[in-house]
Amino acid sequence: MSHHYLLPDISQAGKIGCSLPPLDVPPAGLPPNELLRQGLELPEVSEVELVRYFTALSKLNYGVDTGFYPLGSCTMKYNPKWHEDVAKFTGFTSIHPYQPVDSAQGALQLMFELQKYLAEITGMSATSLAPIAGAQGELASLLMVKAYYQARGDKLRRKILVPDSAHGTNPATAAMCGFETISVPSDSEGNLDLKSLEFVMNEEVATLTLTMPTTLGLFDPQIAEISQLIHERGGLLCSDGANLNALLGKVKFGDLGFDCVQLNLHKTFSTPHGGGGPGSGPVCVKSNLAEFLPSPLVVEKEKGYTFTSPAKSIGSLGAAYGNFGVMVKAYAYIRSLGAEGLKEVSENAVINANYLKEKLKAYYHLPYDRTCMHEVVFSDKRQKAQGVKTLDIAKRLLDFGFHPPTVYFPLVVDGALMTEPTETESKATLDAYIEAMKEIAREADENPEILHTAPHNTPVRRLDEVAAARKPDLHWEMGSQKTED
Amino acid sequence: MNPKEYKYTREHEWICPDSEDKGKMGLTDYAQDQLGDLVFLDLPATGTQVEQSKKIGEIESVKAVSDLFSPISGRVLEVNQAAIDEPQLVNQDPYGAGWLVRLELSNPAELDALMNSNEYDKFVAGLEEESE
Amino acid sequence: MSSPYLPNTDTDRRAMLREIGVSSADELFHDVPEKFRNVRFKLPPPLSELELKEELRQLSNHNANLDDYVCFLGAGYYRHFIPSVIGHITGRSEFYTAYTPYQAEASQGTLQTIYEYQSLICQLTGMEVSNAGMYDGSTAVAEAALMACRITRRDKVAVLSTVNPGYGKVIDTYAKGHDIPSEKVEPNLDGLASDCACLIVQQPNFFGHFEDIGAYTQKAHDMGALLIIIVDPISLGMFKPPGNYGADIVVAEGQALGSPISFGGPGLGIFTCRKEYLRQMPGRIVSKTTDVGGQPGYVLTLATREQHIRRERATSNICTNEALVALAATVYLAALGKRGLRQVAELCYHKAHYAAEAIGKLKGYSLVFQQPFFKEFVVCCPVAPSQINEVLFKERIIGGLDLSQMIDNGMLLCVTEVNTKQDIDRLVEILGAL
Repeated sequence: MSHHYLLPDISQAGKIGCSLPPLDVPPAGLPPNELLRQGLELPEVSEVELVRYFTALSKLNYGVDTGFYPLGSCTMKYNPKWHEDVAKFTGFTSIHPYQPVDSAQGALQLMFELQKYLAEITGMSATSLAPIAGAQGELASLLMVKAYYQARGDKLRRKILVPDSAHGTNPATAAMCGFETISVPSDSEGNLDLKSLEFVMNEEVATLTLTMPTTLGLFDPQIAEISQLIHERGGLLCSDGANLNALLGKVKFGDLGFDCVQLNLHKTFSTPHGGGGPGSGPVCVKSNLAEFLPSPLVVEKEKGYTFTSPAKSIGSLGAAYGNFGVMVKAYAYIRSLGAEGLKEVSENAVINANYLKEKLKAYYHLPYDRTCMHEVVFSDKRQKAQGVKTLDIAKRLLDFGFHPPTVYFPLVVDGALMTEPTETESKATLDAYIEAMKEIAREADENPEILHTAPHNTPVRRLDEVAAARKPDLHWEMGSQKTED
Repeated sequence: MNPKEYKYTREHEWICPDSEDKGKMGLTDYAQDQLGDLVFLDLPATGTQVEQSKKIGEIESVKAVSDLFSPISGRVLEVNQAAIDEPQLVNQDPYGAGWLVRLELSNPAELDALMNSNEYDKFVAGLEEESE
Repeated sequence: MSSPYLPNTDTDRRAMLREIGVSSADELFHDVPEKFRNVRFKLPPPLSELELKEELRQLSNHNANLDDYVCFLGAGYYRHFIPSVIGHITGRSEFYTAYTPYQAEASQGTLQTIYEYQSLICQLTGMEVSNAGMYDGSTAVAEAALMACRITRRDKVAVLSTVNPGYGKVIDTYAKGHDIPSEKVEPNLDGLASDCACLIVQQPNFFGHFEDIGAYTQKAHDMGALLIIIVDPISLGMFKPPGNYGADIVVAEGQALGSPISFGGPGLGIFTCRKEYLRQMPGRIVSKTTDVGGQPGYVLTLATREQHIRRERATSNICTNEALVALAATVYLAALGKRGLRQVAELCYHKAHYAAEAIGKLKGYSLVFQQPFFKEFVVCCPVAPSQINEVLFKERIIGGLDLSQMIDNGMLLCVTEVNTKQDIDRLVEILGAL
């Protein structure tokens, strides 16, 4: 099978995968020998073999274009193809960030308008497109919160609050800013426990970071009270905007009381996930935080646009302006949908998730039996009685040709199956998924062994993660890796 | 099941003195079962001073990290290199070959604060009931 | 008209709403207080693909692009030859529409290519382990600084003044998060604090020339600090790999390996380190392993370093990185291979030296540094570089980076394999006429 070989296995001295021009200037003298490398061991393959190899590898991959990919909170929606084409225009790909600003006005205009659209969509005053991914957007948010209190001479606020259902990036980011994280429990409805919140919210807390809807896929109806409580006690309210797909074109974060929100263009705004990036994580804020935004911002000048750095900016998050190539696709998406189109996205996403919930709740335990938003969380509680776990269910779904939902997150649900269909799935696809899940529930009752040993139909099956963690094999070696001095 | 001569903590460590002021410590069977296949042990260096109930290291499985707490106060004499090299020893034989650290006890009276094997058995039974 | 991305019809929706037990989609938003629902959004009305393609084409035409303009600007982002084969592989939707390979059985394509990437980067840099990549070169070095602080348990960072100032700014941002001071140090290392966690250097440096890294390694290690080197990956086709300098952590901007400049993003943060620091390294890592049937396969590993498990004690908060750009780098290195990469490096080297020599001979121009260099060099100009760049731009040439804030009338020029002899001769001619 194709995946059994690696580049060194097909490498042969003298081959090359592209053609290069000859030197057209007289050669210069070489630098001192001690600066030069004595040998370079890289594989040598022809373009033919290269293409066959990577084509074979691509066939071992499952993407949104392959089929249903309901990873919770990842928003694996379809990526429109014309976005890929416009992002490849030479006027977008072949521009240098440090070329004269007046020679890149098309790029700046696109960024300026995108800043405006994202602020409008989130109900905020200002946007920075600088953060390179959602997690960096979260970092920007907390650095701004830190700067905000420092500017006011408030040295007490060294804690942040997150719900117990929070994504791991929330406390990890807090630690990167020197904040201590306090977890606030959810109540039996899956909403934030207000009594606990009242207990922990004081003058030592800088902010509450909420994903809204939560990672349980639920909209917390207490949001106005939460916002009031936090603000009354001098805190700020931040949102992890990962779940914006539920609210797009329908609800504004700003109206809910949030002071800042970071977005994921590669989730909500349909730019492709790329196997793990590139993404883009712009951050939008109310006017109280605008002066702290990460650099740069695009502003209008007399004739056209230019870059500026806010007065008390938290600084630069990269060596240029953010992932421009990703911004082009998000811009295209917003321009092609308009306000009505964005509303259709969230409404269809929410319909699809609730449909799955209704059709599957007779077969899988639903920890919170209430209207969900764009995603629904099931658990393996019923199947556990037969000794079948979430992992087994996920692996068996692969045999049915579906990518499994997110498993074992959020942590507040034991054996969670966090399922986000997105709006770009048809009823027919959902019905097929529902049938597969029903079949798996039947197998759990009648033939659990087939689940314990799943998947059966994939190229590899149940890889040994323990061995990989105990004795990691992280790269092949060719020749002598360390060349002679 | 749980060795009668050992003493146990609420964090699922055991300690077994082999003389007046020295003893080995490790994880209980319940702990290794809950953690699953262990992949990495982060143990303190020889000579480190330790305090009862304070964190002294970390135990990793593929999907989780757990803090390791010292059952008593004292000093680290030796760590089990065999277990560091092959963490599965802890899963296979947590009370014997899978010991973790050999300690010098600065205050043997602290052992009185720990559970004996009966008390620990009851403690674990209570936890297992809770999770049903 | 229906959206092409919403496969459900009104009939479908009605049937689904019936099953759910509501009569409208809006009812499903009942948890949202009424006053917050269905507010007005001021956005431009939607346009079709046909109309928008034209609008975006016009926007893109408002930019002077490097196919139409000859480019001598580098400073961290480089115009290198991108073989067409790369785009055809990264354009395969099985690669670009997939996400993080959490379900290994469905993601062997992504996982195996990351393993290849990690391997190629180790071969290139001479370092023992590589992760799957981070955001870009500047954030990679910032995370390296934090990693050094964790390893040495110190909280001070030293950055050589010859490091890219844009990178220095990002190090500052990240270091400030932890209230860690980041100090600039001159190449003579005067005033280098002995309690630094790391010394960060760049090779070749921001000005394009090589420094005596061996001396830095010695000094850093004597102090118990880590040595972090930022490298130019293309230079490694010809020049000594940083692993041979005794580096503890090596980072780089990977855009030059097969990706367009793209106005500075997306890029690729190459990140490698010594094996002993593996568990402190941030980012995703792929390991080879076997499956239940004994077949070789690949998985994400050492996840206990990462945010989704270790949360506030994670090595970093990074989640999504630049996987597709890393794939481009993998294909690039595989396509060029040992001879191709060497050839590209040599082309850059000789063309840059040809340009430098010619410019250095022009009246009023001089080369600022005498040390050996790779593809960038600093020229002292007879008039302000901004003036020169205006003239060059009218000739459809993008000139070098204006360094006059650091070096009087200084300009940082870059020459790569895509610059022809005619391009260079024309540049020299125009400069000479000024």
